[in-house]
Amino acid sequence: MDLLIEGLIAFLIVGAGFFGIVGSFGLAKLPDLMTRLHGPTKATTLGIGGVLIASMLFFLWERGHFSWHELLITLFLFLTAPITANFIAKSFLHRRMSRRTELPPTGSSKGWATFDGPPIGADGEPMAIAPADRPGGRDGERG
Amino acid sequence: MIDIALVIGFSCFAAALVLNLYRLTVGPSIADRVLALDTMVINGIALLILYGMYEGTAVYFEASLLFAMVGFISTVAYCKFILRGDIIE
Amino acid sequence: MTLLLKKLFPHPLLTATLTVVWLMLVNGVSAGSVIMGLILGTIVPFLTAPFWPDRPTVRNPVRIAAYILIVLWDIVRANIHVAYLVLFVPSAKLRTRFVTVPLELTSAEAITVLAGTITMTPGTVSADVSGDGRALLIHCLDAPDPDAVVAEIKQRYEGRLKEIFE
Repeated sequence: MDLLIEGLIAFLIVGAGFFGIVGSFGLAKLPDLMTRLHGPTKATTLGIGGVLIASMLFFLWERGHFSWHELLITLFLFLTAPITANFIAKSFLHRRMSRRTELPPTGSSKGWATFDGPPIGADGEPMAIAPADRPGGRDGERG
Repeated sequence: MIDIALVIGFSCFAAALVLNLYRLTVGPSIADRVLALDTMVINGIALLILYGMYEGTAVYFEASLLFAMVGFISTVAYCKFILRGDIIE
Repeated sequence: MTLLLKKLFPHPLLTATLTVVWLMLVNGVSAGSVIMGLILGTIVPFLTAPFWPDRPTVRNPVRIAAYILIVLWDIVRANIHVAYLVLFVPSAKLRTRFVTVPLELTSAEAITVLAGTITMTPGTVSADVSGDGRALLIHCLDAPDPDAVVAEIKQRYEGRLKEIFE
């Protein structure tokens, strides 16, 4: 039983290390910024998750009491990794203004949010989300 | 067995940090460098937790939680500055 | 009386979440920590209530657990897929493209959850939203067929989110 848990912890640590290095290798190797975003946001997050699960098991096995901190860090990273990926993608789109013609069309009345503003509603305030029956509204401020 | 696994884990994440440093110096645009910095923070968190396991204390989790929060906020601040020129409007 | 309760707890779900997170942070369940968690869970939503003008309507809380399990399984699948693509496929052969996904969700929180889920799942990263919130811009790492990607996202994630949120 002890040997089984030790083997599981060791396997988790090595697996997490493998995913961490693959994520950073993807960051170094891939040719374009948007493709480079995929590496760290997915592979490194699983690497950290594996290390944290291994450490939870390790302290449970050695100390006997369950520690919640690791779960908190894992949840925090799972929640914030998509936010940082979205911000970096938006700043990349913002810096390459010529790219706006390479993006696919939105299919609705307004362009993408980095380049175009929100529609103005009936009360004169900008609406965050246009209602489904009346997409668009009047023209908003230029972003 | 865990000691050997810990040594392998240390070397994997240290190599990942060196690869991030490469992207930090070479990356042609500024978004590359911000992404490299964020990934360095996450690899640093992994190294801290592995070191906590190596030493056998639970003290390093507080440090890694702080690192995670500060790293996320700093990445968002960099990107907001690139996008809008101002961090809090 | 109900008006006073509504004013004191503008977001009951947020109060419960804050209490649970405080207990996890303190790393143990004792009477003092529960009381401290409840105090924090009451003060913070009360003070930040002006910043949250409308609450999202969660119609079906049980399905949230099923959705979270699906997302966790997809995270593991995504990492194996990305590792395979990074290691074994030369970069010239990757067919990267931008894809537009038209949205049927109407609340901002639902669109945020969808965008976060899309980033964590195999091969896709959500990059931008349209100015009026009706379409999502997605970057795919290896998509030989963009329509299949859009169809899978709509069926697998947006269908479930529509059941949860509306």
